[in-house]
Amino acid sequence: MSDHEEVSYGFRRSDSGRLVLRTDLVERGLLDTLADQIMNIMAPTSQNVDLDPIARMVGIDAEVEAPTDEVVRRLLPDAYRDDPDSTADFRRFTDRDLRTSKVAHAAVVRDCLARSGEKVTLSADEAQSWLAFLNDARLALGTRIGITEANHQELNDLPDEDPRSGMYHVYDWLTFLQESLLQASFFHDS
Amino acid sequence: MVLPDTPWITIVWNDPVNLMSYVTYVFMTYFHYSREKAEKLMTDVHVKGRAVVSAGTREEMERDVTAMHSYGLWATVSKNE
Repeated sequence: MSDHEEVSYGFRRSDSGRLVLRTDLVERGLLDTLADQIMNIMAPTSQNVDLDPIARMVGIDAEVEAPTDEVVRRLLPDAYRDDPDSTADFRRFTDRDLRTSKVAHAAVVRDCLARSGEKVTLSADEAQSWLAFLNDARLALGTRIGITEANHQELNDLPDEDPRSGMYHVYDWLTFLQESLLQASFFHDS
Repeated sequence: MVLPDTPWITIVWNDPVNLMSYVTYVFMTYFHYSREKAEKLMTDVHVKGRAVVSAGTREEMERDVTAMHSYGLWATVSKNE
């Protein structure tokens, strides 16, 4: 885990309890692109298209292979440490619902951005989807750049031409946004 | 918290991405734990590397682990041994 100091910008709570973020066009575009990417990598896998419709209706997949991409593996981790059979069963019963839920959160973010200009205003329910999406996006970026609890400074100091540099700065900005949204939406009484 | 007749547990593991405040928020929101209890469990995850966050039947623990994964926390089901 990482601890993050409260910041003086990011999301704020309005008098009516809505959550407000001032953004520019680049920031909105970046959030929209990240939400689109989460929707793409979390889309249910094509191996399930021929599934028995009854099984699909109740969200059970005939077979779900363990994801090979490290980002997908982090977003859909193994449910048992040393029990491959139970882990495989768990995936059959939960993979579709988990993917659907992550796609839905990202879709809420895209909808909010699509209706917004510079000022992005969220309801309490939408804020919960934003928190989950911001976390998924940070997990995806953090996994891709190999973040640990000890290498933040090293990543921050990378030269601009290193592809991890830009990803780290986006990660850092998403961390600010998530922390500010947590404080404004959930911990505002304390 | 872990009773002898609850043979299965949910463990949440430390990871370098999840914010301490977010982990506390998840424990309070999903399990309806008090802030004090949620922060104690969060601190255990952070300092000790893991914490048992719930106990019950295997089906209940798989439901809790599914919820933890939907929030992006790294959680596993174990036998309570």
